[in-house]
Amino acid sequence: MATTTTARPPAPAAPARRRSARPGVWLGGAAAALVVTVLVAVTIGTANLSVAEVWRSIAWHVTQALGLGDAVSVDPLSRLRDGIVWELRLPRVLTAAAVGAGLALCGVVMQSLTRNPLADPYLLGLSSGASLGAVAVLVLGLSVLLPVAAFTGAVLALAAALALAGALGTITPTRTILAGLAISQLCAAATSFIIFWSATGDSYREILSWLMGSVAGATWSSVAIAAGAVVVLGVPLALSGSVLDAFTFGDTAASALGVSVKGTRWVLLVAVALLTGALVSVSGSIGFVGLILPHAVRLVTGARHRLLLPLSALCGATFLVWADTLARTVFAPREVPVGIITAALGAPVFAVILWRGRERV
Amino acid sequence: MSAMDGLAVERVTWSIGDRLIVDGIDCTAPAGAVTGLIGPNGSGKSTLLRVLAAVQSPDAGRVLHDGEDLLALGRRRRARRLAFVEQEAATDLPLSVLDAVLLGRIPHRSLLAGDSAADVAVAREALARAGVSELADRSLGTLSGGERQRVHVARALAQETPLLLLDEPTNHLDIAAQLSVMTVLRKLAADGVTVLTALHDLNLAAGSCDHVVLLAQGQVVAAGSVAQVLVPQVLEPVYGVRCDVLTHPRTGRPVLVFGE
Repeated sequence: MATTTTARPPAPAAPARRRSARPGVWLGGAAAALVVTVLVAVTIGTANLSVAEVWRSIAWHVTQALGLGDAVSVDPLSRLRDGIVWELRLPRVLTAAAVGAGLALCGVVMQSLTRNPLADPYLLGLSSGASLGAVAVLVLGLSVLLPVAAFTGAVLALAAALALAGALGTITPTRTILAGLAISQLCAAATSFIIFWSATGDSYREILSWLMGSVAGATWSSVAIAAGAVVVLGVPLALSGSVLDAFTFGDTAASALGVSVKGTRWVLLVAVALLTGALVSVSGSIGFVGLILPHAVRLVTGARHRLLLPLSALCGATFLVWADTLARTVFAPREVPVGIITAALGAPVFAVILWRGRERV
Repeated sequence: MSAMDGLAVERVTWSIGDRLIVDGIDCTAPAGAVTGLIGPNGSGKSTLLRVLAAVQSPDAGRVLHDGEDLLALGRRRRARRLAFVEQEAATDLPLSVLDAVLLGRIPHRSLLAGDSAADVAVAREALARAGVSELADRSLGTLSGGERQRVHVARALAQETPLLLLDEPTNHLDIAAQLSVMTVLRKLAADGVTVLTALHDLNLAAGSCDHVVLLAQGQVVAAGSVAQVLVPQVLEPVYGVRCDVLTHPRTGRPVLVFGE
């Protein structure tokens, strides 16, 4: 053991870094912001509902669900008005939150695992595969099957990408990315062909909106899929900070720090793929959140993952809820796909953050 | 200090396809000394270090430290036993120097735990031992090559291992930075650490190492003290150049000059 017998120098009295207090503050703040965001976002919309009515509807459902109907008296809204809040807005806001959290988390993990700052959750052909599956059923008029088809497409594309990478020799990050690229291009070509050949009128708009990413039409089952996936797969991912830290200087360094490089990479890749597949199945491929948001959060947290992962998830959720709120209100009564908003809103915001943090990059 | 203290490599072999890169190597690196691993390009220095660090598994052979087989240890226990500074470890992501050094604490704590005050204290001490305390709050990307290399050494020190392997830590550094890295290694050896470092520059090895292991084509050609190995009759056939040995006017250590 490095037997230093020299007396340890007294800890420098200098600003011994506020590293203990900060993470809690950041996470608490971000969690509070998310809660406020959800509560405010459900009150915003084209239907003429007051803030009080919206919260009364939610309170009524929550007390009913908890079996407190007798103890706490909340007057229900009319069926129609209640439906707007409980069946349309709230599922949509919650789906946006879950999708945003999951995409941001997957983005961080993919960027760290591949050590590629341009990596995003869709890197391995997931979104193109999902799109192909989705477009195929939309054209056939089977939109009921959309989530299943999208998820299946995503997983098949991933399997194809990994099989191709494996056929090239040892599976390395670079080979995996290149194989993913090849599969993406192939799926994209097939998708374009289907659209070009057979999409008409309504299905055309539906397809376009799905391809750009949208949580319009989210239902409670969308919430269940997205939030369920985030809890089951996202929570373990969010706790894998130390392992991802070990990859900071690459595979060799990770191995020298006692991490099983191959095993870890596979487990995390598969978790990201399944989570992304589930998210894409309810929302299409919403861009920007998984690619840029992790970089924005890194400007606050640095590249260490313990805070980066959960903070990215919370910020991703808040960001996507607001982006979707804009998507459904800015051009009301028309809606635009939220993917357009995330890029239009996110790119300038990121540019500003990048500029303000320019000395730290 | 018993004969077992330090690193003992026994008949280690590693091949890729049917090409033997490391061909039955036997060598030792005693505790409390700096052992230099030298040899021409492609002689197997880096590969041997990667095998010793268990980054690659050998086809055959054993790696013993203080008599215990390192390759038989669990990953995390091994990471508390040996640290490895590879060539040119880099990252594109924004990372402070202290955070980079704190990565060395990963093998010492639960994977769910964050940095404890003790971890930060160890990291700061590692920075001090590597002579770069004042860099703690700088961003890794803003450092010079020599500063960055000493930070990587500090990261390895934060692992608090009795065995330190380094792959050409002085590569691309100016002469002052090269000497400062070697000074750090000498101090560690004086503290009892077993240091094995690949070196390209034979004069750096002559000036700073206690022992030298010379590799060529994956085999040990010579091993022993600087005075035994760094001599013309050993070096000339391996490197294929004329070589003369002078004596350093102040330190009395050998100085090598090459060419006709």
